[in-house]
Amino acid sequence: QEAAKYEKKVMVLDFVVPTPLGNSWGLGGTCVNVGCIPKKLMHQAALLGQALQDSRKYGWQFTEQVKHNWMTMTESVQNHIGSLNWGYRVSLREKNVTYENAYGEFVGPHTVKARNKRGVEKLYTAERFLIATGERPRYLGIPGDKEYCISSDDLFSLPYCPGKTLVVGASYVALECAGLLAGLGLHVTVMVRSILLRGFDQDIANKIGEYMEEHGISFIREFVPIKVEQIEKGTPGRLKVTARSTTGNQIIEGEYNTVLLAIGRDACTRKIGLDKVGVKINEKTGKIPVNDEEQTNVPYIYAVGDILQDKLELTPVAIQAGRLLVQRLYGGATNKCDYVNVPTTVFTPLEYGACGYSEETAVEKFGEENIEVYHSHFWPLEWTVPSRDNNKCYAKIICNIRDNERVIGFHVLGPSAGEITQGFAAAMKCGLTKEQLDSTIGIHPVCAEV
Amino acid sequence: GKNEYDLLVIGGGSGGLACAKEAAQFGRKVAVLDYVEPSPQGTKWGLGGTCVNVGCIPKKLMHQAALLGSALKDAQHYGWNIAQPVHHTWSVMAQAVQNYVKSLNWGHRVQLQDKKVKYFNMKGSFSDPHTIRGLTKAGKETVVTAENIVIATGGRPKYPTHIAGALEYGITSDDLFWLKESPGKTPLVYYPFILHLYGIIAYISLTDASPDVSLECAGFLTGLGLDTTVMMRSIPLRGFDQYFFPPTQQQMASLVTEHMESYGTKFLKKCFPIKVEKLESNRLQVTWKNTDLGTEETDSFNTVMWAVGRAPDTEALNLETVGVKTNSETGKIIVDASEATSVPHIFAVGDITEGRPELTPTAIAAGKLLARRLFGQSAELMDYENVPTTVFTPLEYGCVGLSEEAAVQCYGSDNVEVYHAYYKPLEFTVAERDATQCYIKMVCLREREQRILGLHFIGPNAGEVIQGFALGIKCGATYPQLMKTIGIHPTCAEEITKLHITKRSGLDATVTGC
Repeated sequence: QEAAKYEKKVMVLDFVVPTPLGNSWGLGGTCVNVGCIPKKLMHQAALLGQALQDSRKYGWQFTEQVKHNWMTMTESVQNHIGSLNWGYRVSLREKNVTYENAYGEFVGPHTVKARNKRGVEKLYTAERFLIATGERPRYLGIPGDKEYCISSDDLFSLPYCPGKTLVVGASYVALECAGLLAGLGLHVTVMVRSILLRGFDQDIANKIGEYMEEHGISFIREFVPIKVEQIEKGTPGRLKVTARSTTGNQIIEGEYNTVLLAIGRDACTRKIGLDKVGVKINEKTGKIPVNDEEQTNVPYIYAVGDILQDKLELTPVAIQAGRLLVQRLYGGATNKCDYVNVPTTVFTPLEYGACGYSEETAVEKFGEENIEVYHSHFWPLEWTVPSRDNNKCYAKIICNIRDNERVIGFHVLGPSAGEITQGFAAAMKCGLTKEQLDSTIGIHPVCAEV
Repeated sequence: GKNEYDLLVIGGGSGGLACAKEAAQFGRKVAVLDYVEPSPQGTKWGLGGTCVNVGCIPKKLMHQAALLGSALKDAQHYGWNIAQPVHHTWSVMAQAVQNYVKSLNWGHRVQLQDKKVKYFNMKGSFSDPHTIRGLTKAGKETVVTAENIVIATGGRPKYPTHIAGALEYGITSDDLFWLKESPGKTPLVYYPFILHLYGIIAYISLTDASPDVSLECAGFLTGLGLDTTVMMRSIPLRGFDQYFFPPTQQQMASLVTEHMESYGTKFLKKCFPIKVEKLESNRLQVTWKNTDLGTEETDSFNTVMWAVGRAPDTEALNLETVGVKTNSETGKIIVDASEATSVPHIFAVGDITEGRPELTPTAIAAGKLLARRLFGQSAELMDYENVPTTVFTPLEYGCVGLSEEAAVQCYGSDNVEVYHAYYKPLEFTVAERDATQCYIKMVCLREREQRILGLHFIGPNAGEVIQGFALGIKCGATYPQLMKTIGIHPTCAEEITKLHITKRSGLDATVTGC
C-alpha cells in the first residue's frame, strides 16, 4: 500500500495453503486471520469470564450458573475477521494495487509464476520483489499429528468447542491459547519439553507459569508426545496421547478431546523457487538473512516480516519495516527500521509487557555489577474488592549503572500490560533514565504508576 | 524551651502522611494530627485523607463496578450466557468498598506506628508559630510544640448555601461513597431495558471547579443502573484554572460528555437550581431556572448531590494568629517553590496550597521532597510540570502536558502541530460498542525537532496508556522519536505511535484497518 502511494505499479500475491485439516482463510496474513486479532478477542472473552466473577463482589447479581458458548464467540470473531479481509481487498483496490489470490514462486530472474486455486498459471515480471510469506505452525513429526492434532491455524475457527485440551509447547502461542481456553471454562493441560517462553525473561516466565497453574491449568513438564491415536471420532472426538519423558524412559498416557500443537513456526521459504533466483536462506531454519535495509543477497529482492533471520516475529515490526523500505526505495528517505527496544506483550491470563533486555541478557551483556534491577509486586486496586491475588502482579526495570542508570529493560506483569508498556517503550526510545522515572509523577490510582 | 517535635504535620492525608513518614526515616521526632469534621449529613471517616476515604480510591472502585456492568453486556457477545435479569445491589458494593477503605485506614495507622510517628486524632489550630493546640472529639485539649510545621489539611466540598435547602437536603462526594443504601430508589432491573424510577441529580458549577468529580460520579452512578441527571449552569467548555492539571479542553470535554449522554446520563445544560424541598414521600423536589428558555422547572429525585468545587480546610487552623498568608479569592495557602509559607518553619503541601494541582501523587511527591530538604540535606524542588492525570468517566480521559488551547496561546497556532486520530478498540468490535468518542490527540511544536507538548487520550484504560508517555515527555520526547517506537499489537496505546494525520490537513482522522 505504501508503494502505491508513490504511483508505482504494484501487485500482491496472496495464497493460503490449507491446513492439514483443510482450514483456510482470506487476505490479511497471520495476524488478522490466525494470530493477534482472533487471539486477543478470545483472550478478551476469557477476561470477561473473570470479570463476571469479580462483578458479583461489586454488587452485580445474576444466576450462579454461567456457561460459555464457543460457537457464539467464534462466529463473532470470524465475522470481524471477515470484515478485515474485505477491508483489505477494498483498500488495495482503492490504492490501485493489483491483487491475485494465487500461489507465487520464482521461476527465473525477475519472473514469478502465480498459480490460483483452480490451477490456472500466469507469469509476472517486476523490477523489484518483496518476499513476505511469513510462517506456518510446525508439526511434531509423530504418528497421528497431522491427522488428529490442530494448530493455531485451526483453533480460531474451530466449528465446535475443543473441550478437554492438551496444548503441546511452551511458546507464547501455547501459553496464550492454554490461558484463554481455560478462561472459557475448559479443562486444559500444557505439555512442556523444557522451559517456558524461551528467549523471554525467565524470572517472569516462571511467574506466568505459576499463575496459570494456580488458576487451574495443569502442566506436564519434561515430556514430549510420541504418538496420537483416535479413540472416538466426533466434534470433538476423543484422542489418546502417549508421551515420553525427556529425562528418562518413563511413558505416560492421557485422553483429551483436542490436542493443540504450538511448538514453533516454520518459514514459508522452501517452496517458492528461491533457488531459481539465487536467494540464500538459512538451510536449518529456512529464514532469510537480510542487511539492515531488508535486502537479500539478490539486489532486487527484499524481504520483511516473520521470514527474516534474527528479527522479531511481530506484526508492527513487519509493518514498520515494510513501510520504511518502500519510503527508501521510492521516496528518497533514509530511515531504517529501528529494531532496538521493540516492545511486546504476551496475552496470557496474567499479561506480560516487556521492552528491552531481559534480566539474564542484561547481565550477560553488561555484567552483573553494572546493572541494577528495581522491582516491586503490586496489587491492582480493582482486584482488592473481589479479593484476587494480592502478590502476583509484578514490575521490574533494569538499569545500566555505567550509563547514567539508563533504563535498558522494562517488564510488567499485570492487567492491561500492553497499554502500560507502550508509553514506556516510547520513553525508552528517548533514553529514559532511572532519575527521570523517579521524577515523573504517577497517575493515581492505576497499575502503571507502580 | 525546646520544641517537642522536629516536625508536626497537620492533616493525615496523601501529602501529610508522605511527608511525616519520610521525615521519620531520617530519625526525626515526628507527629501527625488528623481529624475529620463530620459532613453536614454526619459522614466521617478514618486516617488517610480525601484520596483514601472520599476520593480516588472509592471513586475508582465504584467506577470499576460500573465498568463491570458494561462487561456483563459485552460478555454476551463473546459467548457468555447470562440469564436475565441482571441487577446491581448498592449495599453489597458499598460494603465491599467501605471495608477496603477501612483496611487502608488501619494500614496507615500501623505504618505510622512502625515508623515511630506519633499520631493524634485531634483538630489542630495555631497558638503561636511553633505551638499547636489539639482538640479531641470529646473536647480534651493537648498542646504540642514543633520546630517545623507542615499544613496539609486539604479541602472539603463546597455547598451552594445560597440555594434554599441545599445544606439540609443535599449530599456531596463526602457522603456518596459512604451511603449504605442506594441513592436511587430500588435496585434496578438493569437490562434489557432500564426500568427505573426516580433517581439522582447532581448539580455542578463549572466556573471554578473541575467537572471531574461530578462527571465521574454521574458516570458510575449511571453505569450501576441509576437514573442520573447532571445539571450545569454553563456548557462544559469554560476555561479552567490553568494551574489545575492540564486544563480539560473544549474538544476533549465534549467528547467525554457526549459519550456519557449516549451511555445514559441525562444533562440539563444552562440550568441552575433555585431551591430544594422535601416532599411527604421523602423524595426531594428541585426547582431550577432554565436560562435558555427562561422558564422555571421542577422534578423530584431521591438524592441531590452538589459538586460545586472544594474549599480549602483552613478555617479552624487560626492562620491569622501566626500570619500565614492565604489567597484572598481561593482561601488557599500561598507557598513558594519550596512549599514554604509566609512564616518561616511553617510549610504547606497538597490541596491546601495555592496554584498546585489537586492530586494525590503530586501531594505525596511534594511531601516527600519537603521532608528530604528539611532533614535529608537535599535541595531538590518539586517539579509540577507535565503532571499526567486521568478522569475516570465511563470512557476515560488521560492526559499529560499542554492542552491544544494552552499550546496555541503559548506558542501561536502557526508554531503548533496537532496530530489526531479516531480509533476503535479491538474489544469493542465483537461487543458491538460505539467507539465514536475514542480519540487521541498529540500537540507538538512545529519546528524541526517537533517536541511533544501534550498528549490526550480518550478510551479504555486511559491511565495505563498515558503513564509511560508521561515519562517520555519528561525526557523531552519528539514526534520523530515517537514514530520510531514500534507499536504493541493489538492495543489501544499503539495508535499513539501511529499518529500521522494533522488537524491542519483537514483530512479524515479515522483509523482504518490494521
